[in-house]
Amino acid sequence: MKVILDSEKIDSILSDLTDCIMSDFSGRSDVAFIGIRSRGEIIAQRLSRLLSQKCGKEVPCGTLDITLYRDDFNLPQGDSQPQVRTTEIGFDIDEKIIILVDDVLYTGRSARAALDALIDLGRPRAIKLAVLVERAGRELPIQADYAGFKTDVAPGTLVQVNLVESDGEDQVVVEKT
Amino acid sequence: MALIRKSKKFIWHRKHLLGLRDLSAEEINYIFETAKGFEQISTRSVKKAPTLRGRVIVNLFFEDSTRTRTSFILAASRLSADVLDFTKKSSSVSKGETLLDTAKNIEAMGVDIVVIRHGAGGAAKFLSRNIDACVVNAGDGFCEHPTQGLLDCYTIQKIRGSLEGLKIAIVGDIAHSRVARSNMWAMTKLGAEVIFVGPATLMPAGVNRMPVKVSYSLDEVIEKVDVVNMLRIQFERMGGNPFPSVREYSHYFGLTVERMKKAKQDILVMHPGPLNRGLEIESEVADGANSVILDQVKNGLAIRMAVLFLVNQASAYRDKKTKT
Repeated sequence: MKVILDSEKIDSILSDLTDCIMSDFSGRSDVAFIGIRSRGEIIAQRLSRLLSQKCGKEVPCGTLDITLYRDDFNLPQGDSQPQVRTTEIGFDIDEKIIILVDDVLYTGRSARAALDALIDLGRPRAIKLAVLVERAGRELPIQADYAGFKTDVAPGTLVQVNLVESDGEDQVVVEKT
Repeated sequence: MALIRKSKKFIWHRKHLLGLRDLSAEEINYIFETAKGFEQISTRSVKKAPTLRGRVIVNLFFEDSTRTRTSFILAASRLSADVLDFTKKSSSVSKGETLLDTAKNIEAMGVDIVVIRHGAGGAAKFLSRNIDACVVNAGDGFCEHPTQGLLDCYTIQKIRGSLEGLKIAIVGDIAHSRVARSNMWAMTKLGAEVIFVGPATLMPAGVNRMPVKVSYSLDEVIEKVDVVNMLRIQFERMGGNPFPSVREYSHYFGLTVERMKKAKQDILVMHPGPLNRGLEIESEVADGANSVILDQVKNGLAIRMAVLFLVNQASAYRDKKTKT
């Protein structure tokens, strides 16, 4: 197990991401964050809090559950059995600029599922993808618009994002599986 | 490193839902958790998710039904499955085909999930032992109607937070009611106290071995309970004369405005439908502020989506286990 990001680095990355997003959409009031359950949800909440502070007005934030949109449902599954949870988006996504947030971008399959899930909820003006960690190994033509940290760890390694809210501390670790 | 992560992940293993008697409280709560995620599909702009795309579900209804059948059809279509709708009247069963032959033939067409309602108790279980598809019981004889039991408990849980410690009266034609039995199993597992109320002639045989209290007077019970579930008098199943007259039944066991005055202010009034208005329940009560009858119907859809989703998930999970 190797720590690639500690709490301090995570803070500064999130702050940088917020700055990038703010400079791209300065003056627009229709930006909203939507995080993919479960780590993406927490990161989205932090980004939304940071952006709200920096631009001095509330930036809405929601949570998206992508279980129903996964592409591996009717395939024989391994040891995992994803649980369906709720999508909680308390605003209308029509005509909004949605910043979709996840912890790690790897194969791109979660992002694909999230795009389909979002489009069933309405028609945003644009959807941008922001991730804390971007690792090599895309299986679909999807890329991040805002990537905090890039790494090309080998396939078969797990990039695990731990956050205070869910895991007790902020840390990104790389583990051999 | 502090670990707040959940200890062990729950895995849903059942590829059939035959009854609630065999389910644990944990499994019932897992279905509720799952149903919560399905509720929103019905409220958003595209009322459909692609989860069961390419799966085929057949509704095999040997008895009449409006609510349950349409609810299963809608649940399946909201999950993008293809639905075959089969009713007794329009099928070869009227030409003398047996249940198993009918099911085997339908299965040969490549069906993944069979939803069955049948007049004989144990029909769903029998089917589950003889075909490969997932089987969901939509009512078998007087035995079980698991999705109704689930949606009733889910409705109560959503309003009250939990069933723990609640007193629930199930009133009327208990003997002929699979709803009463499924309710009883689920409610007691979730920590509620169940009281069967009705005339002695409509109590099932062996009721003293069931985990319930029995009362023959609705007036005595009504003031104590948090929920009252009024069952439909099932004239079609009754032989003989279980009560002298409809008026007398309604006098002693009907939920009237007068009787409601004695009840707790926040009592929940439930009914599995279809209503015999003026018989087991007065219209003013059925449509009144305490009635959650339409919530039951709405929640039924989310519960059925969850059940179809889970049995399909368990069958995919099993395939993997047996293949490797």
